[in-house]
Amino acid sequence: MSRRVPGLHITWGRLLTHASLAVLVVIWTVPTLGLFVSSLRDKDQLIVSGWWTAFSTTERSAAGRINARDAVEVDGLHVVEGNFLEDPRRSIVSYGVSQTALGAFAPGETIDLEGTAFTLNEDGSYRWVSEEPFPEGARHRIFHIMAIPPTFALTNYREVLASESIDRAFINTFTVTIPATLIPILIAAFAAYAFAWMKFPGRQWLFALVVGLLVVPLQMSLIPLLRMYNDIGATFGVPSKTYLGIWLAHTGFGLPLAIYLLRNYIGGLPRDIIESAQLDGASHFDIFIRLILPLSVPALASFAIFQFLWVWNDLLVALVFLGKDDDQIVLTSRLRELLGSRGDNWEILTSSAFISILVPLMVFFALQRYFVRGLLAGSVKGG
Amino acid sequence: MAEVVLESIYKRFGNVTAVKDFSLNIADEEFMVFVGPSGCGKTTTLRMIAGLEEISDGVLKIGDRVVNDVPPKDRDIAMVFQNYALYPHMNVHQNMSFGLRLRKTPKADIERRVGEAAKLLQIDHLLERRPRELSGGQRQRVALGRAIVREPKVFLMDEPLSNLDAKLRVEMRASISKLHRRLGVTTVYVTHDQVEAMTMGTRIVVMKDGLIQQVDSPINLYDKPVNKFVAGFMGSPAMNFLLGNVQNGHLKSPQFDLAPSGDLAPKLKALEGKKVYVGIRPENLGLRGMSAIEEGDNIIKAQVEVVEPLGAETHILASVGGDQTLVARVDSHAQVAAGDQIDLLADLGFLHVFDMESEANLRYT
Repeated sequence: MSRRVPGLHITWGRLLTHASLAVLVVIWTVPTLGLFVSSLRDKDQLIVSGWWTAFSTTERSAAGRINARDAVEVDGLHVVEGNFLEDPRRSIVSYGVSQTALGAFAPGETIDLEGTAFTLNEDGSYRWVSEEPFPEGARHRIFHIMAIPPTFALTNYREVLASESIDRAFINTFTVTIPATLIPILIAAFAAYAFAWMKFPGRQWLFALVVGLLVVPLQMSLIPLLRMYNDIGATFGVPSKTYLGIWLAHTGFGLPLAIYLLRNYIGGLPRDIIESAQLDGASHFDIFIRLILPLSVPALASFAIFQFLWVWNDLLVALVFLGKDDDQIVLTSRLRELLGSRGDNWEILTSSAFISILVPLMVFFALQRYFVRGLLAGSVKGG
Repeated sequence: MAEVVLESIYKRFGNVTAVKDFSLNIADEEFMVFVGPSGCGKTTTLRMIAGLEEISDGVLKIGDRVVNDVPPKDRDIAMVFQNYALYPHMNVHQNMSFGLRLRKTPKADIERRVGEAAKLLQIDHLLERRPRELSGGQRQRVALGRAIVREPKVFLMDEPLSNLDAKLRVEMRASISKLHRRLGVTTVYVTHDQVEAMTMGTRIVVMKDGLIQQVDSPINLYDKPVNKFVAGFMGSPAMNFLLGNVQNGHLKSPQFDLAPSGDLAPKLKALEGKKVYVGIRPENLGLRGMSAIEEGDNIIKAQVEVVEPLGAETHILASVGGDQTLVARVDSHAQVAAGDQIDLLADLGFLHVFDMESEANLRYT
């Protein structure tokens, strides 16, 4: 595979690698793109056609009613006038009088309806004319095909954002997420330092135990945890559903991974630096605050992103530990309620997905530079 | 300023004993070098003095105080690490003043000491830089500076020059020696490089397998090695060792017949008929007819394999009897070529004889 493409510094092997990479990227991002496009589409269109049709003009069949009741007399003629199309950008492709003959007549063509004349124009306007008064109760259904040009609008977003107390839900989610991210990081950083650099008996076993806790499934332990919290809370007179409860729950579920990740990072810091600080007179606490924390920023940032995303997107723990009143309901829970019990409000699902993605995206881009930057450069040889 | 006393110190890691029965008095203001191959226990010993490793057995005193159980920060020592171990997120000034700030030294005092040390090490223009913006030599100077500003009783240095390139190493070697003379602080310096040990140490401890082999001044180690290991470790190119038999007070093999004189002769009698190692340094060998060494029962027959002219001198790598090799350091104008049969004259006054089993130098037993 080392044959070179003439004139270019690429080999077939690299080409293949890049091609497969491109394919993977496309596969990975297309669903999100689809969701985004869908969120901007009209909610009626969303139901009947896929998002990939959104960029081209689509055709849809529809039926319009004409009724003799609306007739007015103009210059001795009885006339019914109106327009089947609400949106002026749409147009009529063809029409007919039965569901099976949608393509029977071209727009502008006048047809005979039981002795009366009917014309449907391309812009959707119609004119139904009779020289005699229309018979009592005369009415028809006109079946037509209309062409719909691509339409995008922010209506779906407006609908979600304007819905009742969504702003409150945002604040509630922040109230849950920020402490539920900071508390475990703080605890885990202390624990990770101890596991990595302080010698005490049973250290390895304890660490193995903590990592072993990763296997405990959240779904299994939620209810026992809630009961335990309630029992303890009852003795202090604390209500059962509080923010403190959910902070502690998220802290508990996040800690094993946090300790594991941070210990591996902190344990990998050069021993010489820490010993040098010891000789310089630093206590464990000094070393932690002045060396470990500043040098562990990349690891802390990565875990912060993990935990933030997890807590932000969480629905289950919030449902168990928080109430559904306005002062406690989180965004995910509120959006779920907007969707309706049958989950049929597609347009809300798509736009709310993007609204709830917004904050995690900002957090990610704010912290991602820490992954890239090597903070240890220059401290030790080769570092 | 203080002396450091180690009294039969042991270090055990599980079943492995890394340092055995280490006893040493390091005098005040002395520059003591620990040298030996990797794994000989020299760094472990240094780390025990620093307090970074626990002492399994024995007594360690710094000044007059037993410090076995004193934490590193209270031992009044400063250490320079092989990898510099600078704090990457602090600039040079912060790196150097870190220890002082932790000890709540008055600000004016910190500024004065950092300024002095920086000037001494010629890094006063780098104080605002981060370690990653410094070259290897500059980083090592900062590491030295960080130790100096603490004004400790003892400096500990763990192979501080091993990460520098050859030229810089020679330069830093000289500056550390100068620094020591100027500050007069007791220094313990660990290295695996015998040249560093020879050039810098007031005394040298040669270690092997956790045991002290010999403690002496550089020149004494070179001239009077107590055993084959020390003899072979100190000096470059290394001392030659040839197998010979003791017969009638002569050291014999098909290629040589050497008659040692002086105090060695009577000691050889005890080994009559036994095999021994004959040790002779390259510079104590000469080409017949081209050397100041006088001829007389001191000829070694050899075949030249490689000639290495170094300009000031020439090294001849020659084979003795096919299965042994030796190196001779001769005048650079010697006319020899690979394949030549030559007679080398040994300076019998510098001949060493080592016992086959104990490898001890017969002169000092």
